[in-house]
Amino acid sequence: MRIAGKGLVDRNTPVGFRFDGKDYTGFQGDTLASALLASGVRVFGRSFKYHRPRGVMTAGSEEPCALVTIGRGAAQVPNVRATVQEIHAALDARGQNAWPSVNVDLMAMNDLFSPFFSAGFYYKTFMWPRKFWESLYEPAIRRAAGLGALSRKHNEDHYEKAYAFCDLLVVGSGPAGLMAALAAGRAGADVILAEEDHVMGGRLLAEMQEVAGQPGADWAAGVLAELATMPNVRLMTRTSITGAYDGGTFGALERVGLHLARPPMDLPQECFWRIVAKRAILATGAHERPIAFPNNDRPGVMMAGAVRAYLNRFGVAPGQTVAVFGNNDDAHRTVRDLKAAGVKVSALIDVREEATAPDGATLHAGAQVVDTVGRKGLREVVIADRSGQITRIPCDCLAISGGWNPALHLACHMNGRPVWREEIAAFVPQPGMVPGLAVAGAANGTFSTQACLAEGLEAAKAALSELGRKAKAVDLPQAEDGAYRLRAFWEVRGGKHRAWLDFSNDVTTKDVRLAAQENYRSVEHMKRYTTQGMAPDQGKNSNVAALAVLADATGRGIPETGITTFRPPYVPISVAALGAGGQGAGFAPQRFTTSHQASVERGAPMVEAGLWYRPSYFPRPGDQSWLDACNREVGFVRDRVGVCDVSTLGKIDIQGADAGRFLDLVYTNTFSTLKPGRVRYGLMLREDGMVMDDGTTACLAEGHYLMTTTTAAAGQVMRHLDFVAQAHCPAWDVHMISATEQWAQFAVAGPLARELLNTLLEEPVDGDTVPFLGVAPVRVMGVAGRLFRISFSGELGYEIAVPARYGAALYRDLVARAENLGGGAYGMEALNVLRIEKGFITHAEIHGRVTAFDIGLQGMVSAKKDCIGKGASTRPGLSGPEREQMVGLKPVPGSKSIGAGAHLFDEGAEPVRVNDQGYVTSVCWSPTLNSHLGLGFLINGRARIGTRVRLVDHLRKTDVICEVVHPVFFDPEGGRARG
Amino acid sequence: MRITCPLCGARDRREFTYYGASVYADRPAEGAAPEVWDDYLHLRDNPAGEITDLWYHELGCSAWIEVTRNTVTHAISATRLLADRATPTKKGARS
Ligand SMILES: [Zn+2]
Repeated sequence: MRIAGKGLVDRNTPVGFRFDGKDYTGFQGDTLASALLASGVRVFGRSFKYHRPRGVMTAGSEEPCALVTIGRGAAQVPNVRATVQEIHAALDARGQNAWPSVNVDLMAMNDLFSPFFSAGFYYKTFMWPRKFWESLYEPAIRRAAGLGALSRKHNEDHYEKAYAFCDLLVVGSGPAGLMAALAAGRAGADVILAEEDHVMGGRLLAEMQEVAGQPGADWAAGVLAELATMPNVRLMTRTSITGAYDGGTFGALERVGLHLARPPMDLPQECFWRIVAKRAILATGAHERPIAFPNNDRPGVMMAGAVRAYLNRFGVAPGQTVAVFGNNDDAHRTVRDLKAAGVKVSALIDVREEATAPDGATLHAGAQVVDTVGRKGLREVVIADRSGQITRIPCDCLAISGGWNPALHLACHMNGRPVWREEIAAFVPQPGMVPGLAVAGAANGTFSTQACLAEGLEAAKAALSELGRKAKAVDLPQAEDGAYRLRAFWEVRGGKHRAWLDFSNDVTTKDVRLAAQENYRSVEHMKRYTTQGMAPDQGKNSNVAALAVLADATGRGIPETGITTFRPPYVPISVAALGAGGQGAGFAPQRFTTSHQASVERGAPMVEAGLWYRPSYFPRPGDQSWLDACNREVGFVRDRVGVCDVSTLGKIDIQGADAGRFLDLVYTNTFSTLKPGRVRYGLMLREDGMVMDDGTTACLAEGHYLMTTTTAAAGQVMRHLDFVAQAHCPAWDVHMISATEQWAQFAVAGPLARELLNTLLEEPVDGDTVPFLGVAPVRVMGVAGRLFRISFSGELGYEIAVPARYGAALYRDLVARAENLGGGAYGMEALNVLRIEKGFITHAEIHGRVTAFDIGLQGMVSAKKDCIGKGASTRPGLSGPEREQMVGLKPVPGSKSIGAGAHLFDEGAEPVRVNDQGYVTSVCWSPTLNSHLGLGFLINGRARIGTRVRLVDHLRKTDVICEVVHPVFFDPEGGRARG
Repeated sequence: MRITCPLCGARDRREFTYYGASVYADRPAEGAAPEVWDDYLHLRDNPAGEITDLWYHELGCSAWIEVTRNTVTHAISATRLLADRATPTKKGARS
C-alpha cells in the first residue's frame, strides 16, 4: 500500500513489470520488493528445505528470503534479491523453489516431514544402505531442497572486468561515507565512492531525521551534487565491494545493465572491478538482526529498519496494521514513523520491562512474541507478558529488531578477528585488520547519525594525512545524536514451534541446540552441521544470533564461542562476471602464425600447440582420411620437397662478450667454440638434472647467437635463461630477448629443397656456401633474411627466416614453388612422422622426468665444464641399467596399430603394474618404412635392442609384440641430411 | 596482491611468475655432494613469518626479483633485483 506524499520514488514515472506471470506497476526508483509490497504481494518464494511461504525480511543486499529468478532461457539468473533488483519494463521475475507457484507449492509437504530434516539429517537419516545415497536419496533431496536453478544453457550475455586505482576508496554512502568522500574530495585526493544501492545516501534515505537542519536525504543529495562536480571523485552506484585483498586491492561487482529494460548493445550486464586503493574507509553501516521466536518466518514478519525504509524511502506501508517487537530504542522509532504516516500500529512489544511508551503507542513492556498466525501471510501474533498472560494481537506486519550488527565483513577478509562489545551486544572491528583500511560509522559500532558523520570526517582526515595531503575545512553538520540502548535478546524460549535463525537455509534454534547436544560445539562445526550461514546471505542476518544460541547451549559466553571466518565475496558474484572475457575463444590467448590464413584456405584443420595454432594436414579431394594426406606429405619431404611453418619455435636473440660462456652454462655441450656461420644442436637441463629442452643455436657473429627452443618450452626457457643470467652471472656481458614473433621461419625440406630455394634467393647457395649446420644471411626478393641448414626431418633441409611482415607472402610463394616441383605444404602430422622415423625427440619424450642418460645423450654432457643440471644429474639413481631408456619399437609384421601411452612388458609376463617395463611416448604409421613405429622408454632398454617386448594398452585393447630397435629407424648414418 | 618491481613500480601480481624460496639462487659449487644438491633442490623452510621468495616479472621487464614477505600477514616488506645481491657463496664445494 502506497502512502500519499511519502517516499523518494518518482510518482510521475510509473513502470510496468511482471512477477510470477502477472503484470504489476511500480514507480521509477522502486525495487522489485518495494513495488510488490506496494501492490499487496506477500509471498515472494518458498524456503529452502521446508517450502514455507516467505515474504520480504529486509530492504538491502542481505535479504535472505525474497530471492527470485529473472530472465528466461540462457539469460535466466537465479537467486536475485528482490530488495536489490530495480524494476524496469522488461523485468520478468519469478518466485523460486516452488511448483507450480509460490502460492500453491506441492512440495510444501516437506514441512510436514520436518522432524526428518533436522540438523545433520543428510548425515544420519540416509546413511544406510550406502548405495541408496547416490541413486535415490541425494537426487530426491536435491530436487526438493534448493533455491533458484540454473538454465543449463550457455550464457550469451555480455560481462566485463575492469581495473581502477585511487587514493581513497570509500565503501558505503551513508552519513559516514559521504562525510569521508566530501572531505577527501575537497582535499583533491582521487576518491572512489562505492555504493551497492542504486541511490547514494544509505540510511539517510530510510530514516526521518534532519542533518544540518534539512531532511537527511536532502543533505545527502546536496553533498552528492558537490561530489559530482569534482573531477577527482568517481561515484559508483550499484557497486558492491565484494572483498578486501592484499596490497590495498578490492574486488567490486557493478550491476551495469541489469536495471535497464533495453540496455545498449555494448553495455555489459555486470562488471567485475579490481580497485587498487592507497587507503580505504569502510562505511558499510550495519545489519539489523532478527529475534528467534516461534513461527517467526511468516510473510509479513520484517526487520523494523526495513519497515522504515519501505515507508520513508519508497512510500510503502508493508502492512495495514503493524505490530513492533524489539529489544532496543530503535524499534520505537518505527512506531513513531508509522504513526506519523498514518499507519495503524497495534502494539509495541519490548522485551525490556523498563521500556517506556512513545506517544500514543500501546506498549507491552517485558512481553515476548510466542507465536504467529497466518500461513501465507501474518494475521496475528500471540504474545506472553511477564506473568505468562497470553494476548493475541492482530497485525499483518510485524516489525522486529534484535539490535544491529556492524557490517564489518570486509575488515575481516584478511583474517582479522573482530571483538565483542558488550554494550551493543555485537562484534566490532579492531583497528588495522586490513592494512590501510579504517572503519567508520555504524560499521564500527557507532550508531548515532551525529557520531557517524564525525567518524567519517575523522577517518578521511587521517587517511589524507597518511597520503600526505592537507585536509580542507569541512564543517561537521548537526544531526540526531540519541543513545542506542538495548538489552541483548536472541530467542524466545519454551515455544513448541520452530524458531528460525537462518531464514535462507531453514536453520532453527532447535538445529543449533541439536548440534551442540551432538557435540558440534565449535562454531565452525555447528555451521557445517546445520548449514547455518551457508546460504546466499552468508549468515548476515543470522550468524550472531546463532552463535548466541550456541553459546547458551554450551554454557559459554559469546566472545569465547567466537564467530565463523568472514570470507569474500560479501555478496554473491556471478561466475560470468568473475570470468568475464574468458568464455569460448577468450579462454586463452590465441597466437597465429603469418601462414595461418593460407593454411585455413587450404582446408587444413588447425590444432593447438600451446597457444599457437598450427595446420594438422592439408586435405585434397579423394583423400579417404587424414592418413592419406599425412602419407602424401611425408612423401613430399622424403622424395621431393615440403614446406612447413616453424615460426612457433622459440627464438631467443643472445648477445654480449660473455654470450658464448653463458651458453656453455645453460647447455650441456660447448657453444663458446662455435664459429660465426655455424649452428649446433644443444641440450638443456633443469637444475635437478632432468632434460628441460633441446634445439639448435646459431652463431650469427662474434658474441651474437640465436637460440631455438621447442614451441612448448619457449616461455620456460626464456624464464630460465633470465634466471641463470640474473642469479648466477649478473656481472657478465650477456643480454637476451625473445624474437619469436619478429621472425617468420619456414622449413624447406627434401631432396629438391636447394633447387627450390635457389629459384628465389638473390644469390644461389650450394653445399659449400651454406654447409650442413651452417647459417648465412641471404636476400630473398629484396628482403634480408637468414638461411639455416638444419633438419628436423632427416632430409636435406633448410629453414629460411624473414621479418614477420613478409611471412605470409613468402609462405604462399614457397608452397607454390614446392607444388611446381611435385611437393607441397606439410602439416604437424607429417612433421611428427618424419621426426619419429628419425628418432628425434619432442616433449612427448622429454616430459620432465627423463635425464640425458635416459634419451641416450649422456655423451653431450661435457666433462670439461660445469652446466646447469650437471651436478644434480650425477646423483645416484639418475643413470644406469635400472633407468627406463629411450628405444625404438617396431611391431612384428602384420600387427595392428599401436598407441602412445601403452605399457611394455616381458613377452611372457602378465600385463599388470608390477611387471611394468616401460611405456610408449610417440607412435606413427611410417609410409617410408611401411610399418607402425613407436618411441618409448624401456628399463635397461639399450641393452635390450634386438629382443622383443609385449606392448599392451588396456584402454585401447591393444596387445602387440614389438621388436626393440635403435630409436633412429631411418637413415641411421644421416647421409641424407648432410646431402 | 601488489608487488613493487624495482624497475617498474607497484604492479598487479598477475604480471609476475612465482618461483619459490630465494635460496634457489644459491647454487651449489661444481662437484658438491648429492646431499647438498638434494638440500638445494628439494628442502625448504616453511616459516610462519618472513620469507624471501623469487618472482619473475614475466609480463613486465623480465627481472627476477627477491620479495620479502610475511606468510602470516602477507605484508611485503622489501623487494630487490636478484641481480643486485652480492655474489652468493657456493655451498658444499669439494676442495
Ligand atoms: Zn619490472
